Amino acid sequence: MSFSFLIRRLAYGLVLMLGVVVLNFLLIRLAPGDPAVVIAGEMGGATEEMLQSIRAEYGLDQPVLTQLWIYISNVAQGDLGQSYFFNQPVASLIGQRLGPTILLVLVAQLLSILLGVFLGVIAARKPNGPLSAFVSVFSTLGYAVPVFWTGIMLIILFASTFPIFPVEGMASVRLRDAAWYVRGLDVIHHLVLPAFTLAIIYLAQYARLSRASMMEVLGSDYIRTARAKGAGERSVLFRHALRNAALPILTVAGLQFGNLISGSLLVETVYNWPGMGRLAFDSILRRDYPTIMGGAVLCLCHGGGGQYPHRSELSAGRSAAAGPGMSGIRTTGPRRRGAAAAGQEGANPLCAPGGGAFTPGIFQARKRAG
Amino acid sequence: MSEPTSSEYVAESPAREAWRMYRRNLPAVAGAVILLAIVAATLYGSFFYAGDPFDIVWAPHEMPGVEPGFPLGTDYLGRDILAGLLTGGAPTLTVGLAAAAITMVIGVALGALAGYYGGWVDTLLMRVTEFFQVLPALLFAMVLVTLFSPSIWTIAAAIGVVSWPQTARLTRAEFLKIKELEYVTAARAIGARNKRIIWKVILPNAAAPLIVSATLTIGVAILFEAGLSFLGLGDPNQMSWGLMIGANREYILDAWWPVTFPGLAIFLTVFAVSLIGDGLNDAFNPKLRER
Repeated sequence: MSFSFLIRRLAYGLVLMLGVVVLNFLLIRLAPGDPAVVIAGEMGGATEEMLQSIRAEYGLDQPVLTQLWIYISNVAQGDLGQSYFFNQPVASLIGQRLGPTILLVLVAQLLSILLGVFLGVIAARKPNGPLSAFVSVFSTLGYAVPVFWTGIMLIILFASTFPIFPVEGMASVRLRDAAWYVRGLDVIHHLVLPAFTLAIIYLAQYARLSRASMMEVLGSDYIRTARAKGAGERSVLFRHALRNAALPILTVAGLQFGNLISGSLLVETVYNWPGMGRLAFDSILRRDYPTIMGGAVLCLCHGGGGQYPHRSELSAGRSAAAGPGMSGIRTTGPRRRGAAAAGQEGANPLCAPGGGAFTPGIFQARKRAG
Repeated sequence: MSEPTSSEYVAESPAREAWRMYRRNLPAVAGAVILLAIVAATLYGSFFYAGDPFDIVWAPHEMPGVEPGFPLGTDYLGRDILAGLLTGGAPTLTVGLAAAAITMVIGVALGALAGYYGGWVDTLLMRVTEFFQVLPALLFAMVLVTLFSPSIWTIAAAIGVVSWPQTARLTRAEFLKIKELEYVTAARAIGARNKRIIWKVILPNAAAPLIVSATLTIGVAILFEAGLSFLGLGDPNQMSWGLMIGANREYILDAWWPVTFPGLAIFLTVFAVSLIGDGLNDAFNPKLRER
């Protein structure tokens, strides 16, 4: 990745963010309903004079374009405005909630990649074996279960039948004054169920993807060479094959991150996890516009900066870093077919979910919501 | 119709061949049967099992199987769960279908234009696509639904508006691939106009993956609808499976059945749809079946 490539990406990311800020702003301002009335409603009703002063305080009495300009210049300075409902700066509100969400999403992502890839690699050894069948069935099931329902079922199971994991919140109140490592363990204890719930769907997808990708690679000449020189089974699978099968997995991992954030919204609601998802949900219900817009701008910082536009380039860079020798072998490797392949998009293989023909399993429109 | 033997092989139309492959695929047929059963129950269930799902008809939290009049029990208000299940499928299925249709129309149109014309059209449309792709889908759908008061059609439109980018990318990829093929050059050589080449020459040949994608989009849209209703953003005047789960969420430790059955219904529907999608994929693309 050259320097000018990075600059171009960054500039593009900025334009994208600006676009989303404007879209958000217009959508919300053009919507029916007066925010001043909503704010007044939270305070328990108001006279027309109070409504006027609220409008003046939040700048709602200015023309729409002026409001837009003020908002954009504030965002550029890192000021996301004042929350109507929580009555504190949106930036600090998001600051409080960001940590729990990142923790949840990262742990779920790690869990699903590690377990999923492991399952997929083992299953690929025997394409017609019982584990392969299990991976196929499990990935179809995992795709079809609404994530919030899985969460509720796990709560029912672990709240009464096996009360070994806490089913609500992020920390126990009674441990508030305990030593830091006790509180840390407590958070991990609380994290088990939400992270597992969120991981299940993606775990299934990684298992299916890595199984397909591994089966492709295991048939190639360099694997036969590795076996011929006497490499052990574990070394062949994880050192020789997995490194070459990792490209589609890494690409999807980058893509999944956005979907994980959507999924975490539901999981956070089910488990009362104090993260961004709950904040977004609460603020949408209360028409707390500054908070909604702040959340949207933030979500873009993760995605808009350049991850989406030309993922293949980025993940090519990423996977080149993942293992020496890998990119060289990859280019001369066998042409991939099927689910792992998707590489039909001319110069930009693996560019998109559904970037090629016939890839229902993994790459296609499987943006998860529930 | 008898199967052609190898000695008297006749060429089959692709659609017929796909149907033959599909019929042999047991999970795919099972998926179709399950989906038909669910649709039939949703359409005709209320003829055999009358009752308004919003009516309070019995004591709250009656266990399933105890009271013969209410085979699946009652919820926290004493409403009949079976009646809710039978009527609650209609909005979910309608939204699923409508949202998938919207997704396909927007996605195929933009993807076809981008893939066929290339150049600045492609650049512009793909930037727009990326713009919609980076928006967090569920959040964006929630905002749209809240802004335009929830009803079946606003929810379907919101889901359609957030899900088309992937279809557009798939269509574009197909068009990029097919437009280089010889029969497209041939069509152009005999003087076909761009419009005709796009809709009559390339699109039919890109149909197979798009049909598969449309099927899977229905499943995704159903999950979306369920998620939105679960969060309380569905149409409050219409019983739906997601709404049933959301409404009974507070009481799950007292009663497991009011949330379990609607969840199973959603799961079975999406499961059936994805079995059909996988079956169609295999049927259209028999070479992949060895995997």
